[in-house]
This record gives sequence, structure tokens and C-alpha cells, in this order.
Amino acid sequence: MGRLLDAYRLRWKRRRLLGRAIARRRELVAVVDRTKDILPDDILCFAVVRNEAVRLPWFLEHHRKLGVARFLVVDNDSDDGTAEFLAAQPDVSLWHTRAGYKASRFGLDWTNWLLARYGHGHWCLTLDADEALVYPYCDTRDLRALTAWLDGQGRGMFGAMMLDMYPKGPLGAQDYRAGEDPFRVLEWFDAANYGMRVQQPMGNPWLQGGPRARVFFADAPERAPTLNKVPLVRWNRRYAYVNSTHSILPPRLNRFYETDGGEAPSGLLLHSKFLNVAVARAGEEKMRGEHFSNPALYDRYYEAVAADPDLWCSASRRFTGWRGLEAAGLMSRGGWL
Amino acid sequence: MTQSTTLGFVMLCHTALHRAAEVARHWAERGCPVVIHVDARVKAWSYDTMKAELADLGNVRFSERFACEWGTWGIVAATQAASEVMLADFPAVRHVYLASGSCMPLRPVRDLITYLDARPRTDFIESVTTEEVGWTIGGLNMERFTLRFPFSWRTQRWLFDTYVNLQRRVGFRRKIPKDVVPHLGSQWWCLTRQTLSAILQGPDRKLYDDYFRRVWIPDESYFQTLVRLVSSNVESRSLTLSKFDFQGKPHIFYDDHLQLLRRSDCFVARKIWPHANKLYRTFLTDDAAQQAGGEPNPGKIDRLFAKAVERRVKGRPGLYMQSRFPNVDFENGLTAAPYSVFHGFSEVFENFEMWLSKTTGSRVHGHLFAPDRVEFAGGEAVYNGALSDSPKLRDYNPRSFLTNLIWATRGERQCFQFGPTDSQALNEFMAKDSNAQISVISGAWALPLWRSNRNFGEIRREAARLQKVESETLSVLRQVSTKARVRIWTLAEFVESPMEPLQTIVDEISPRSLRRLTEAPKMTDLTGFGQFLQNLRNQGMQPVLMGDFPAGDDPRPASASRGRPYLVK
Repeated sequence: MGRLLDAYRLRWKRRRLLGRAIARRRELVAVVDRTKDILPDDILCFAVVRNEAVRLPWFLEHHRKLGVARFLVVDNDSDDGTAEFLAAQPDVSLWHTRAGYKASRFGLDWTNWLLARYGHGHWCLTLDADEALVYPYCDTRDLRALTAWLDGQGRGMFGAMMLDMYPKGPLGAQDYRAGEDPFRVLEWFDAANYGMRVQQPMGNPWLQGGPRARVFFADAPERAPTLNKVPLVRWNRRYAYVNSTHSILPPRLNRFYETDGGEAPSGLLLHSKFLNVAVARAGEEKMRGEHFSNPALYDRYYEAVAADPDLWCSASRRFTGWRGLEAAGLMSRGGWL
Repeated sequence: MTQSTTLGFVMLCHTALHRAAEVARHWAERGCPVVIHVDARVKAWSYDTMKAELADLGNVRFSERFACEWGTWGIVAATQAASEVMLADFPAVRHVYLASGSCMPLRPVRDLITYLDARPRTDFIESVTTEEVGWTIGGLNMERFTLRFPFSWRTQRWLFDTYVNLQRRVGFRRKIPKDVVPHLGSQWWCLTRQTLSAILQGPDRKLYDDYFRRVWIPDESYFQTLVRLVSSNVESRSLTLSKFDFQGKPHIFYDDHLQLLRRSDCFVARKIWPHANKLYRTFLTDDAAQQAGGEPNPGKIDRLFAKAVERRVKGRPGLYMQSRFPNVDFENGLTAAPYSVFHGFSEVFENFEMWLSKTTGSRVHGHLFAPDRVEFAGGEAVYNGALSDSPKLRDYNPRSFLTNLIWATRGERQCFQFGPTDSQALNEFMAKDSNAQISVISGAWALPLWRSNRNFGEIRREAARLQKVESETLSVLRQVSTKARVRIWTLAEFVESPMEPLQTIVDEISPRSLRRLTEAPKMTDLTGFGQFLQNLRNQGMQPVLMGDFPAGDDPRPASASRGRPYLVK
């Protein structure tokens, strides 16, 4: 009975989220609309960005190479040339908005709208500009191969945990120029300090840990950032992301993990948050208070990042490609051969 | 155009027609006639494009089109029609090879022709009796032949299952035609003209067709069964390399499988990913020099497929991660590797940790679950896997902490100290873990209290608390469900003859170095401890877990071998 009630509540929650998304579509103004070029089998990438001129060139390059055909991007009032750069890309459709990021549930209302409007029937990859998808065999098989295989397996979603990448030495001391591979600078990661639980009623995994928990939240681990994500979904216009891409409705899409001992396929989102720009940006984000529902609790975190920390430790592991990540048990090929 | 050869290909195509056309051209240009069947559900435009692509080849035919839905008769009908065209139009053909549009030749077609020329009367078709197949979808073997299947397994699963169950319940059975012994096998065969024509032109064809039309997945049984009636020379294996995953779906081959495919020495493989440019470029050439050219040997690469299935179905024991989060009792191993937990040893011995590490060559930590700090070996602040020594992080998800530690240190045995002052959250977990070796000297927690410089009232309260905690720990360890290797001694038993228990534990940790312990760790001096326990008793606390320590009669390492360790389960 309780489960039925949960299912009923979640159904209404999903409808409410979609309602919000539809209502907020008016906040988006099309700058360049190339959505007419979308072909039925295209893999689409959705993102909301703000002042990401440094990260975007490589971000687009990486995901183009993986087989993303079209990018649909919302620019939340950037002033660093992000909009001009994106508008000039032949495969990007761009929308602009001045509305508040937090008021849009961290951009999710906009994303849900675009997904519902353009994503229906497509495999859709929803990312932030500081995330880069990697998955088993990503050096030899593109996303078309992965999604076709997932279709064949009857899996409509693909989970990918965020993996915080960091440099050796203070963050600010690392040189990075737009267009370069950020993971030549941020080449270290934490291999096995992640903890998982399952959250009800949606049944989504809740993963925490990594260098941010280790360095910034050792005294308040419950507040450490959430790392689980479901960024790649064969979209249906009835679906809705709930909390960033951490969780999604209907709930079955959250259960991309196996509970019988087997390993389901999964990937990782290499997180390039800790490029040198993060140090300057921490102060700005703290001022804007647009990133957490209770930003005051995270003042110390912002201060710690602004203080230019060194996240590296003797147990850090160096990134050498997807095989190392898979062997470490951070992601799984899940029967894909 | 080269002369027509003795080998012809029938191709069943439904997607990626441009790739199928490339393969057809490859075979046709090398003299092998090709008859192509295109699924009736493919749009006219694609079909016409394919026809146009191959229009210049005189030995390519297109056969009558049927809708080939998975598991239905259409596939057999298509195969029959195309085979009839092959037999009628190309009289020189002696062997007909059934391939799909996603097949690819791995070896030069000349190799295959030579191979078949050496075996002119042999039919290559996997054909196994229903009792002997272990791979069928839906668990239906014999019932494929005796029940009716009006509903689609893929799109109407509930109806399919319900109707099957209903038929079972009422005992419905279709009658199998006389002489027919059901056989199953891979759909991809290579039959001789004699055999194929005997099946297609036999007097009972209509009878058999009517029967198999209602058999489930007839493409895996029609030819496989009928071949037994007409051929005396069946080689029960497929010449096509085709592997299936745990769901019975065919594995797809990508560019990075190039070496794997070469090693198999098979003539043809499926399914090939249509965008595998490198594979198509490599294998659709005449470059035979790089080919080994032996007997087809798919067994050589079997282990890899078995490993992929195992990864999917069983996973890596002891790994908890985003896509592997087993429910209780489905873990297939709670942790990744054996480890040892020591209760009270570092209290009884001086420098126990250093001694153990030296003797066993394993990594020996302090109290990993101490309340104020995770005592990693060597006092490290961060350990393998980037585990932090923060007790709050550990206690936030203690199970993750332990399983992560054991996972991140695979290959090096971990030992750690434990006691009633530590966080007790994982007692049940460790007791259930068959990788855990737990050795307990009960009551040893009293030694630090005895040596401490605290007020006696405080000591008494603390002793009462610790005794309660340890009693609970012991009762957890003594449960019937315990899978850990648990040994429990009272302090009194242990100090009486410490060498034997130590030897047992050390042997278990490093079984290869089966040698007698020469150097024992130094035992702490217990003079006066019996009096201390008596004092506790006098104050109203009843210390029981230490065993029998008479006041004033201080224990000495005795000769008697009483108090042997006992093994719980």
C-alpha cells in the first residue's frame, strides 16, 4: 500500500516538474535555433552554462568525438564570450535567459523543457560544462555503439558517477588554456573512498565521497556533494529530471544498478571543476548563492576552495584511460564485450 | 566476372543494407553467387538503393520478400524462398551458406571453398536434441514444439507467459509429425545441394511447413530438425562465429575486436557493428597473407565471452559501486579478500602489531574503528584508495569504509585491532563475512584500565560498560549464521598457552610459510592483575569475560595445554 502511494505521489511530482518546465519555457529566448537539423537517430547533448568560455571548446570537442550530433545549450547570462562562442558553432542551438539559476531549480526547469520539446525519442546526454563522459571502450566505440547496445539490452538509461579530478599541487598554480584537454592538468582521482546508499522513494543511488568529502567535508560528511548521475537517457517527453541529473522520474530510470550481485553497465563523468579558474570562481559563487538550496551551509566550502587548496595525497591515483577506471571498480562494462 | 564457384551465399538482411551490399559484392566478385532476402518491413527506398548498388553484378539475385519478425515463421519462409532461387539459378553451386546482412567474412572466400571442397558431402549445421541444449531463451526447449505461441515474446510478454502456463496447466500438447525428432541449433548453416533440395522438394514439405509455422522460433529448429531426416553426414556445428550474452542476445563485434576475430580462425562472423569501419576495411580484402588458415577454432576466444557474462551476472565480489549494489545475501562475497581482526592482542602483547606484520608480511593497522581517529598502519592520514582517517567520514558509512579498504588493498592482506572501545557498527557484517578471520581474547580490554591512572570508581563504571559491549560482540560472533572464522579465548586461557593459538592464526594468514614460530611477541607483565579483578569484584562489579584469575595467584605461562582455542563453525 505504501509503495502504491509512493508511486502515485511520484507520478504527480513528475507532472508538477513538467508543468514548471512548460511554464518556464518563456524565460528562454532562442539565439540560434538549429533544431530543424536534428535527425531521428541523432544523439543530443543538453547543457545550461554560465561563463564557461574556458571549458566549452574542449567540452564540445570531446563529446562531438564521442558521437553527439547536436548540442542544445541554455546560456544563463554569461559575460565572458560564452554566448558568442556557442552561437558560432555549427552544431549548437542556443537559448539565452537572464532569469535566476536557483529559481529555475538550478537550471533544471529549462533543461526539462528542452528535453521534452526536442529530446523525445532520442538518446539524450545532459551535462554541465565541467563534465566529460567516459565509459567502457570510449576510445574505440562511440556513443552510437553504446546506445545501440543499451537498446539491445533493453536499458533505456546509463548511469555515470561524477569523478572529481584534481591536479598535484595548489589548484591555482596549474596552467590551463581554453581548448586543451583539462585532464592533462587534472590527472588525479580518488580510487576507492566512495560510499553508496539507496534513497527512497525514488530508488536512486546516493553516492558521496571523493576528494571533496575527504578535504572539505571530513567533519560534515552528510553534506558532501552528491556524485551519482543518470546523464544518458533514451528520452520520453513524460520524463523529468528531479534534482540535477542525480535523479529522474519515473523511478525505474534510477535503478541502473544491479541488486543481485551482477554488474550493470556504467560510466563516469570526469569533473573538471578544479581547474585553476575554480579558485577565483569560488568567491563569486559564494556571493551569488545560486548553487545550493541552503547556501549559508556551504560558506566554509567556498572559502576553502578560494584558499587555493591542494587536493592531492599520496594515495591519489593517476588517470590513464578508461581501463584504469574500470579496473578500479568505479565503472563497469557490465557484460559489454 | 570470374567463373561461378561451388559455393553460394544466401543473405538475410534487415538493417544497415549498405554494409550487407558491401559484403555481397565481396563474395559475388569472387565468383560466389549471392541471393539476397530483404525484410519486407524495410522501406522501398532502401531496398531500391541496395538493388541499384549491386546492379552491375550478374550473380546476385533478390528473392521474394517476407516480413521477418524475430521468432516467427517469416525468417524460415525467407530462407526457403532464397534457397530455391539459389538452387534453380546457379546449378554449379554445391554448398549453400546461410548468412545475415551483419555477417562478415573473416578469411578469404577461397579458404572456405577449399575447406568445403575437401568435405563435399558434409552439412555444417548445429543440430542438437532438445535435452542437450542449455541456451534457449525463455527456458523453453521441448515445449517449443508442443505448445502454441500466438503472442509475441518480445512485445506481449505477459500474454505469452500466461498462455504458456495455461497450456501447461490444461495439459495441451501439439502432435509432432511422425519421424520428426526435434533438434535445435544456430540459425546459420551451410548445407549441400542434395540436403537442401531434399528438404525443400521433399514430398512432406507442406506437412512440415504447416507444423513448424506454429513452432516458437522456427528458424532455430526447422532446418536443424529436418536435416536429420535427409542427411547422413551432419557435422553439428556452425561455420559462423556467433556468440550470445547472458540474455541470449548476440554479441556485437567492434573495431577493437579485430585481433580477437583473427584469432578465432572462423570463416564468417556475426554480428558486426555497421560503423566498424576498420573491420570492414580489413576483412573485405584479399589479403590472405596475414591469415593463419587452420581449422576454425571459436573455442580459443571462448574464455573472454565467459568472462563478460560472469562480470555481468556475478560481478566482482566485494565491490560496491554505482552499478553494483547487491541486496543482503546477494553479495557473492561481502568483501573482496580475506582479512584478520584481532580483539585484545595488542593489549596482551607489547608491540604485537609490529611482530605480526613481520611474521606474516601483511599490513597491520591499529584500531581502524577507534572513536577519535582511524589508526591506519604507520599512522597514515590517507590510505589506499584515498580513504581518510576522519572518524566522521568512516562512521558516516562504516560498511563502505571497510569494503573500500579491502577492495583497494586487494593482493595485500589487511589485519586490524578491534575492541569494545571501538565503533561496533560492523559486528554483524564482519560476523557474516567469510573473508573475516576474527580472533578474540575476551576481557583483554581490562588491561589498559588496570594500568590507567584513573579513579577506581570511574574504572569500575568503564569496566562494566566495556564488558557489556564485548558480551554483545561475542554473542553476535557466536550466532549460527556466522560465516567468519571466529576463535575466542578468555584472557586466562590465552595467557596460559599463547603459542598454540598464535601459530594457528599465523598459519592461516600465510599458509605458505608453514614454519614454527620462533620469535614470540613479548607478553605484558600481568603481576597484580588478579588483585585488580578482585578489587572490581569487591566494588560490586562482576568481571567474567577474562576467565579465571584467582587474586594473588598470578598466572605464569604453564605447561598444561588446557584451554585450547575453539573454532566457532
